[in-house]
Amino acid sequence: MRGMVVWTFGLTVASAQGTVPPHDNQYAGADIAYGATVYAAKCVTCHGAQGDAIGGVNLRSGTFRNAVIDRDLERFIRNGSPAGMPPFALNATDMAGILAYLRNMNAFDPATVKAGDEARGRAIVLGKGACTGCHRIDLDGSLVGPNLSDIGAARSAGSIQRSLLDPTSQMMPINRPVRVVTKDGTIINGRRLNEDTFTLQIIDDHERLHSLVKADLREFTIAKTSPMPSYKGELSDEELGDVLAYLLSLKGR
Amino acid sequence: MIGRRPGLAWCVVSVIGVLSLRVHGQVTSDRLAAAPSEPQNWLTYSGNYSSTRYSPLNQITPANVKNLKLQWVYQSPVAGNWQTTPLVVDGMMYITQRLNDVVALDAATGRAFWIYRYTPAQDRVVCCGANNRGLAILGDTLFMGTLDAQLIAIDRRTGRVIWKTEVATTKSGYSITHAPLVVKNKVIVGVGGGEYGIRGFIAAYDVTTGREAWRFYTIPAPGEPGSETWERCPPESKSFCDPEAWKRGGGSIWMTGSYDPRLNLTYWGTGNVGPDYNGVQRPGDNLYTASVVALDADTGKLKWHYQFTPHDVYDYDSVQVPVLVDNWAGSRVNVVAWANRNGNFYALDRETGKFLLGKPFVKVNWMSEFDEHGRPKQTPQPEGQPTYPGNQGGTNWYSPSFSQRTRLFYVSAWEDYASIYLPATSQHKEGTMFEGGGQRNNSPVPGAPGLGRSPINTWTEAAGHGAVIALDPATGREKWKYTMTDVTDSGILTTGSDLLFTGGREGYFQALDARTGSLLWKTNLGAAINSGPISYRVGNRQYVSIVSGLSLFVFALDE
Repeated sequence: MRGMVVWTFGLTVASAQGTVPPHDNQYAGADIAYGATVYAAKCVTCHGAQGDAIGGVNLRSGTFRNAVIDRDLERFIRNGSPAGMPPFALNATDMAGILAYLRNMNAFDPATVKAGDEARGRAIVLGKGACTGCHRIDLDGSLVGPNLSDIGAARSAGSIQRSLLDPTSQMMPINRPVRVVTKDGTIINGRRLNEDTFTLQIIDDHERLHSLVKADLREFTIAKTSPMPSYKGELSDEELGDVLAYLLSLKGR
Repeated sequence: MIGRRPGLAWCVVSVIGVLSLRVHGQVTSDRLAAAPSEPQNWLTYSGNYSSTRYSPLNQITPANVKNLKLQWVYQSPVAGNWQTTPLVVDGMMYITQRLNDVVALDAATGRAFWIYRYTPAQDRVVCCGANNRGLAILGDTLFMGTLDAQLIAIDRRTGRVIWKTEVATTKSGYSITHAPLVVKNKVIVGVGGGEYGIRGFIAAYDVTTGREAWRFYTIPAPGEPGSETWERCPPESKSFCDPEAWKRGGGSIWMTGSYDPRLNLTYWGTGNVGPDYNGVQRPGDNLYTASVVALDADTGKLKWHYQFTPHDVYDYDSVQVPVLVDNWAGSRVNVVAWANRNGNFYALDRETGKFLLGKPFVKVNWMSEFDEHGRPKQTPQPEGQPTYPGNQGGTNWYSPSFSQRTRLFYVSAWEDYASIYLPATSQHKEGTMFEGGGQRNNSPVPGAPGLGRSPINTWTEAAGHGAVIALDPATGREKWKYTMTDVTDSGILTTGSDLLFTGGREGYFQALDARTGSLLWKTNLGAAINSGPISYRVGNRQYVSIVSGLSLFVFALDE
């Protein structure tokens, strides 16, 4: 898989011809392109490059009798088919990709995309991008931001791509920044790890874990804006593609 | 009021307690009807035929509730969402646990007398886990519905089967998950399976023989009253429309009904229409789905109905426990009070079904107003836009409570919670999912988690939160609200000392002041609470029980 990841920034993908199937999301170009690599790795052997190698099954149609919405299609892929398809335990990133690709296979032209370079992406993440100043990847980097060690298995390609350009739009609510002032006046800034009606668990900007009782706080605010800077204009399109390729390769241990 | 004459009250109470333990009498039909007069017991799923989940017991008070201590724990050996409500009869507790076990316990110590294990058929089909919510009792017989749609009568002294009756065919998608209701010499159950294209019904069985006495289909056949609401498919329809939609119309039953002995009417809430989300393939109001039906308890004949959500496309099951409230708004009218999954609170005349009140208790945008007959003016949201309340509803199956003392109706609610619906054509195939598309949580971030039940609350305030809301049933207006960070699937208990007990997904079991909503006591039980609390008494002690995770916890004041 490594080295096959493609960059599709700016790619416009038209909907499949005919009736547009109901779907859960607007499919991001990055997901469709990444899905093409998942297809090439896991599906092409039986279904063929054109999606029509099995009689009676035409994947390029984008619509499927037993899988009208994406959740049905996902269930079908996970469970396999009595007709002979084995079950596929895909991670969230791969599943988002393959769904996007299957829905758009007819309109997708692999020639329009250019592969990002994982090695160059890694160098940017560790160097110019300064990502590990806040994020952890395996054993390197800060614990202050969300851990990226398995980001390529947890988030869709489209979401990672958008996150680089507009971080707030993709910030999971659980990760929202928190500021508290305790009754003795101590100020703690950090990232939320968990919360219930009475308590709050955070990691602060010095990488310390705190479990706080809300009744003991003088102030408690949750921000909806991500502290992560946008890389729009900071990195070139090609560099962003390389970073995406590297992040998609992070599948966890 | 409380504790003003404790000496006398406790003297009377003690005598009753000792007598009932010694006599160990059978649970007669008269005792069921007069359940509030023996507060030491919990004789039906909701504590009494009016389903108020109110206990007159008052030893535990707002002043001493902070001294509650754990008395015993019973741990279920089977993993999974445990939704049972115990019955307590003269010092004995009867519970169900997964898959379809019944356990008899000493209600004071938690020690077991016997366990009955029933293994449901392998070809059973259930949407949402091996849920069972409890039992019914009459005489010395316990009644349990099973995941494979059997009804079983069990000797409460031995745990041995007396009879077993097949209620429906499990492989077609039928199941029974709720506690049956005994009325006179009949045991009444309904069938689950609303996501599998079943044709729902409520049926009564002779308590002695298990023979079916009557059956009411929640989906009328062609020619029967209500069948006109399963309209013909328009000839020019471009989308798939099912000319025989009624055959798989849903209308499941998965919560226990109520009973008014004076009117001899039994009230049941019905589930969603099938398929859930795609209305195009089943034109019309689709009676009697998402409705309450009032049936003659002797014959099963329909006396009246009211449909909360005509032509439902949101999965707004109306299976909530019907709560019977007398002297509504200071009048002589007795009502069914109902906080519905669709986000509205209702009061209906329980003799005639007349619509008296409908008012949102959470944000609602699928409808805008009611006409004089209580028909909602529906306002479908544009494609891709959020519908409030979301798929799991403003409330769901969580038992509400009504206190005669406070005259307030208490409901576990989900606030600021919405779903985006994705209707799609579904062809029905026996015993398989039949939903007509799907839905997803409304959340500011695509792909953000929804509805997780892990120790980490990952879906957070961005997707909604839980609350206990106290409503004045006369107006539907909120009297107070207790807000939680996570959502709640817990039932609610109120007591004769104006305490309110409830849980939530966070695993806290908490006591509130039923008059003000202020928090008086809490304890962290460590796992989501998916059932309703009850209260009972053994000897001189009042107990409160609740299931959290795989454990049944029982609290009381130290002696």
